[in-house]
Amino acid sequence: MNATLDKTSFEPRLTAFVCNWCTYTGADLAGTSRLQMDANVRIVRLPCTGRIDPLFIVKAFERGADGVIVSGCHPADCHYTSGNYHARRRFAFFKELIEFLGLPEGRITFSWVSASEGQKWREVVNDATARVRALGPFSGYPGTELPAWPAAGAPAPNPAPGGGGER
Amino acid sequence: MARIGVFVCHCGENIGRTVDCARVAEELGKLPGVAHAVDYKYMCSDPGQALIKQAIAEKGLTGVVVSACSPHMHERTFRRAAGGAGLNPFLCEMANIREHCSWIHEDREAATDKAIDLARVIVEKVKRNVPLETIRIPVEKRALVIGGGIAGIQAALDLADGGAEVVLVEKEPSIGGHMSQLSETFPTLDCSQCILTPRMVEVYQHPRIRLMAYCEVDAVEGYIGNFKVTIRQKARSVDETKCNGCGACQKACVVKNVPSEFDERLGKRTAIYVPFPQAVPNIPVIDREHCAYFKGRARGMKKDACGKCKEACARGAIDFAQEDRFVTEKVGAIVVATGYELYSIGKDQPAAGLKGYGEYGYGTVPDVIDGLQFERLASASGPTAGKLLRPSDGKVPKKIVFLQCVGSRDPAKGIDYCSKVCCMYVAKHTMLYRHKVHDGEATVFYMDVRAAGKGYDEFTRRAVEEDGAVYVRGRVSRVYRDGDVVKVLGFDTLNGTPVEIDADMVVLATAMRPRKGIEKLAQTLSVSYDRHGFINEAHPKLRPVETNTAGVFVAGACQAPRDIPDSVAMASAAAAKVLGLFSNEMLEREPTVARVDAALCAGCFHCERVCPYGAVEHKEVRDRKGNLLKVVADVNPGVCQGCGTCQATCPSKSVELMGFTDEQIYAEVNALAL
Repeated sequence: MNATLDKTSFEPRLTAFVCNWCTYTGADLAGTSRLQMDANVRIVRLPCTGRIDPLFIVKAFERGADGVIVSGCHPADCHYTSGNYHARRRFAFFKELIEFLGLPEGRITFSWVSASEGQKWREVVNDATARVRALGPFSGYPGTELPAWPAAGAPAPNPAPGGGGER
Repeated sequence: MARIGVFVCHCGENIGRTVDCARVAEELGKLPGVAHAVDYKYMCSDPGQALIKQAIAEKGLTGVVVSACSPHMHERTFRRAAGGAGLNPFLCEMANIREHCSWIHEDREAATDKAIDLARVIVEKVKRNVPLETIRIPVEKRALVIGGGIAGIQAALDLADGGAEVVLVEKEPSIGGHMSQLSETFPTLDCSQCILTPRMVEVYQHPRIRLMAYCEVDAVEGYIGNFKVTIRQKARSVDETKCNGCGACQKACVVKNVPSEFDERLGKRTAIYVPFPQAVPNIPVIDREHCAYFKGRARGMKKDACGKCKEACARGAIDFAQEDRFVTEKVGAIVVATGYELYSIGKDQPAAGLKGYGEYGYGTVPDVIDGLQFERLASASGPTAGKLLRPSDGKVPKKIVFLQCVGSRDPAKGIDYCSKVCCMYVAKHTMLYRHKVHDGEATVFYMDVRAAGKGYDEFTRRAVEEDGAVYVRGRVSRVYRDGDVVKVLGFDTLNGTPVEIDADMVVLATAMRPRKGIEKLAQTLSVSYDRHGFINEAHPKLRPVETNTAGVFVAGACQAPRDIPDSVAMASAAAAKVLGLFSNEMLEREPTVARVDAALCAGCFHCERVCPYGAVEHKEVRDRKGNLLKVVADVNPGVCQGCGTCQATCPSKSVELMGFTDEQIYAEVNALAL
């Protein structure tokens, strides 16, 4: 959608999925401390990173986001004791699928930001924005403009260049 | 069709300076389903709230979005306002355009665009909100206090005096804790047992306190207002209902040389024992590890090796066959007051991060002792009956060197915090020493003297000015035995000179650490703890006696190093919090909990495995004839805390977290891409 813009004027859009107790509060703290940061990130508040379905991330990209941030409580600090551990396992696995989906890994940022780390939140936001800005607009999954349904017997189209071979 | 009202707040200049609030309201007003959109200077003020109420009534709004500060700040305010106008409070949500927008951006254009995005996201969410009812749960007005030291005793008494039933669980055979071991207390130098034992007796006699000594908490289920606690009553081998505490069994016991835990191994006790004469309850325990009868049985002897105590007991209270018993108690709140133990100075360390102080000779040089051992030597009820005699040869020590900060403030040895009480008790020790040995010389090696507290600084000065303690600023590198004396090699950092002292005794003021096993207890209670094992309070300033688990409170040195006044204050504070909780007949909590659609659920129970609270139960689905069709998951709304991990895990998407359903979140994500 932003393909016509040249890279210097490109302002990426990032969606952030954050937990209510650590990162959301940390972002609040960044606000109260008046820490200036890039205005490209839109936060979606969830109770816990454990609530984050990897499909949320896929959906965000599908709907035109250029980058996604996922952030929650540090290990051992989860408000719900272990939600962030489940999230961590889920995303460790999901990372392996990212490339297969045609999403360069640099577009997704996983981090832990506690309620007292307003400063760190700013770094996460600025770093992620800079990285995605350098990558340019996300133009959909490569290969998603599928050809007509392959005739019986023909090999299935491989959506990710070089990504599907080993798995 | 939804009729959403959008209320954009200027927050004075806070939002209005960087965000064009009028444009936000205008843009939002164009969205389908938005029936009303206005901006106002102060939305949280009375007129601002009245604006919301009026719009709900006049425009028949089905949802409210307040674009203002963080929901952590004012969500409750606006939900109450919406509720006041007859709208279900959970149909009101906030878009955070202050902390997450106006305060962190300067570009007015970009900030306004972002504010519009953020508000639009919430509008799309609120369109899909459903009315929720606050969950009400009954409160069991009984409290469990874990730990019978001064903090636990104070909490139990305050709770019981306030009308609550209390179960007080103590792991040792007697309550009293470390305070009962102390000789005198700072800064008043009054006798510790003289002020403590009356309170112990009060606990024992209180009609609303159930004292369970020699017991441990085994398991905890449930949630605030409704905990079910399993308590293990360890086998005393003595029938509590028969024993009258006459002490005949202890006189008859043939094993007389067991190192006494109460006297910090400086004295001896029998195998059947009460820890100290004023113990509460005054009922002995058989130490099965050292008892001749049990040792004989362990060796497989057919005949009883001993039985002297049983013969001596006129009431037939000795019961060798007694076993651990489990008792279940229902309580509404829990106070954790498990206290501290001292840093172990010798080689054996409970954790890999702790290094010990081999160079100070503790455990190998008998005249090197720790602070609690000094307390026992100085105590009138101690092994020397209050005479200050050194352990090796029973001579009166003429020179004692005290080392402060042994373990504390020493990251190289594994602990970086200050133990808070050592400066004070070392000053007290030098005074007690001088009062007992008038020509004794006390030398203190210190890093800083931290005597903050009422009468504390005056007290440490008194130790120097009236009782002649010599304070040397610096650390000690080595302590070793040299013939009859204990050599202390140190460095005076103020003079810049090495110091060498031939001491008769060395006392190490060792760091305070949380009790062994605290991690396991914390996990049982699902409360968090720091890397040292101290229980984390919910907020270091504003919620100092609450934990992150609702209904579990903390008091005393299990939270951080604490002296007696601090522990007592915390205990009373925790008791006040519990009594406040008990003043409610029913507890209200947010209805953002998970719900299972039984029709969709396949009963794989992935949700049960990931739930941190054990909130997922099994429910049978039967047809009209009563035949079992399937077993599905069911969420107990009283236990569920609303993290939503189950929903992200569920393969069939049959569990939904109210307030954060998939439909709502996908609507938010979609709204961002418009």
